[in-house]
Amino acid sequence: MHDDATAQQSQTTHTVPYSQYVLIWFGLLALTALTVSLAGIELGRWVIITALTIASIKSLLVLNIFMHLRFEDRVFRMFALVAFVTLVIFLVLTFFDYAFH
Amino acid sequence: MTQATVSAGARSRGFYGEKGKYSGIRGWIFSTDHKRIGLLYLVSMAGFFLLAVTFGVLMRLEMLSPGKTIMEPQTYNTLFTLHGIMMIFLFIIPGLPAVFGNFLLPLLIGARDVFFPRLNLLSWWLFITGGLLALVSVFLPGGAADTGWTFYVPYSIRTNTNVLPALFAAFILGFSSILTGLNFITTIHRMRAPGMGWFRMPLFVWSLYATAWIQVLATPIIGITLLLVALERWFGVGIFDPALGGDPVLYQHLFWIYSHPAVYIMILPGLGVASEILPVFARRTIFGYKFIAFSSVAIAGLGSLVWAHHMFTVGMSYTGMFVFSLLTFLVSIPSAIKIFNWIATLYKGSIVLDVPLLFILSFIVQFSIGGFTGLMLGALAVNIHVQDTYFVVGHFHYVMFGGTGFALFAAIHYWFPKMFGKMYRKGPAVLSWILATLGFNTLYMPFFFLGYMGMPRRYYDYLPEYQSFHVIATVGSWILVLGIIIMIVNLLYALKKGAPALANPWGGKTLEWTVPSPPPTENFATIPVVTTGPYDFSEYEQRPAEHS
Repeated sequence: MHDDATAQQSQTTHTVPYSQYVLIWFGLLALTALTVSLAGIELGRWVIITALTIASIKSLLVLNIFMHLRFEDRVFRMFALVAFVTLVIFLVLTFFDYAFH
Repeated sequence: MTQATVSAGARSRGFYGEKGKYSGIRGWIFSTDHKRIGLLYLVSMAGFFLLAVTFGVLMRLEMLSPGKTIMEPQTYNTLFTLHGIMMIFLFIIPGLPAVFGNFLLPLLIGARDVFFPRLNLLSWWLFITGGLLALVSVFLPGGAADTGWTFYVPYSIRTNTNVLPALFAAFILGFSSILTGLNFITTIHRMRAPGMGWFRMPLFVWSLYATAWIQVLATPIIGITLLLVALERWFGVGIFDPALGGDPVLYQHLFWIYSHPAVYIMILPGLGVASEILPVFARRTIFGYKFIAFSSVAIAGLGSLVWAHHMFTVGMSYTGMFVFSLLTFLVSIPSAIKIFNWIATLYKGSIVLDVPLLFILSFIVQFSIGGFTGLMLGALAVNIHVQDTYFVVGHFHYVMFGGTGFALFAAIHYWFPKMFGKMYRKGPAVLSWILATLGFNTLYMPFFFLGYMGMPRRYYDYLPEYQSFHVIATVGSWILVLGIIIMIVNLLYALKKGAPALANPWGGKTLEWTVPSPPPTENFATIPVVTTGPYDFSEYEQRPAEHS
């Protein structure tokens, strides 16, 4: 019974209008254009932070909208969070080298 | 235990007698039974191991005298590259998890198979595809890769040897590793027998769990990094090559972000095997169960944060060097916790000096030497003196071979009766342990002296003052190989003519010993209900009190 309800819920909530996909796609293209344009501006040490912030927003959009993470059980969102936190830790540690050159 | 208790499974051939959809070799390579897949890994991995050992022995033979002994410099470069790639990606990383993890994980937790049996088979197919691609790269025009297993840029971008096939081989093998990790995490979460809480799991399962997380989280990084090298070779995109505006140090960061945790993928299951064997042969409940379990997780976590200690001489910032040196020292704490707990387990135990324990005792000593020399390398000042010398080669062989390799030898001698339903002869097994331990230490101990004296690693030629240590090491390689040959012959002989094994020949308390040897296809006729911890040897521990 519970499984049926879960299956039904996942069936219904997975329907996303195409317009939303197209909108997000344009959003991703705009963010890509922003990254490329910012690459031409001298931002000093902010360049990495800016690029990574834009990349993170793009990843969140892809994960939530295209990969349907927002419709998934909490356990899947937890797994994605673990991977994200791991990535952040790796980046921070790497910048103990680059930021102090 | 009497002959009457010889398991019915041994007589009925257990899962070997299964009549599946396919027969012959197809019954193996298309089987989704975790036990068959474990044995597929064992056979394929043993093949790669023997080939890589041969390369190693040839390299040692070349180093017998300064200048050319038996081969040209380019051949030597190719041999150490292939030796590294095969030993690391095809033997040590999949070694314990893929062979013993696959065969034993469901048995240890009271399950009938892993959670994703088909994914498990796909992992083996990816493994064999990657392995064969690495082998094929040797024979393609251009010659085998000569970059060392680390594929350091900018050389790996500029060399004309077959770097790309070797890179793709490593990439495919990475996928195999990720899928195995994913399978094990899910299996451990979802398929434990009723009553088996987290703290009733055997410690080998804990170590597989910690390993699996590293496999899932760290392996994608090496995959992407190797793809970036391929992109750079194909399209000249400037990512790592300084001539194109790239940063070669970034490659080293990305490479080691995976490859250092990979060292823990290699050693953690070995630590789990030690925790499994010691209480059985000491007839004692393991000392500090929770500490050992959590130290596996701590090693996996902290071990993922220490990668840049491989890069102290590349021009990192002083802050970076300080942070990574500190983290390196921290990771020794959970490792030491394990060693102390093992020693405490042996203390006042009713020790049975059988073959698996002998290998584990060698393992503890050799792993400790590997660990301590690791601390020396983690200290910034010493590191700069011995970086890229034989000291480093000695250190990681003590951890990888003296540690994981010997744990694997212990595991095969411990679980051989369960896996094959046959007993091996103890005399030749003890002889192989003596020769392997003696040969290993004769081979690798001189490396520390050579490195400290300044002998660089991966050099084809050397100054005459290094020769005596090189000769000792080469003789050691012969003794070690003799030990390995005796071990293999003894085990193969047992396969053919060994006496039938009891269901529980060692008196183990974990669930795999409750089923016949070899286990039936479905492992358990009825799923067991677990009511105690995995190492309940209270009947032995109470004995001295009864006599007093």
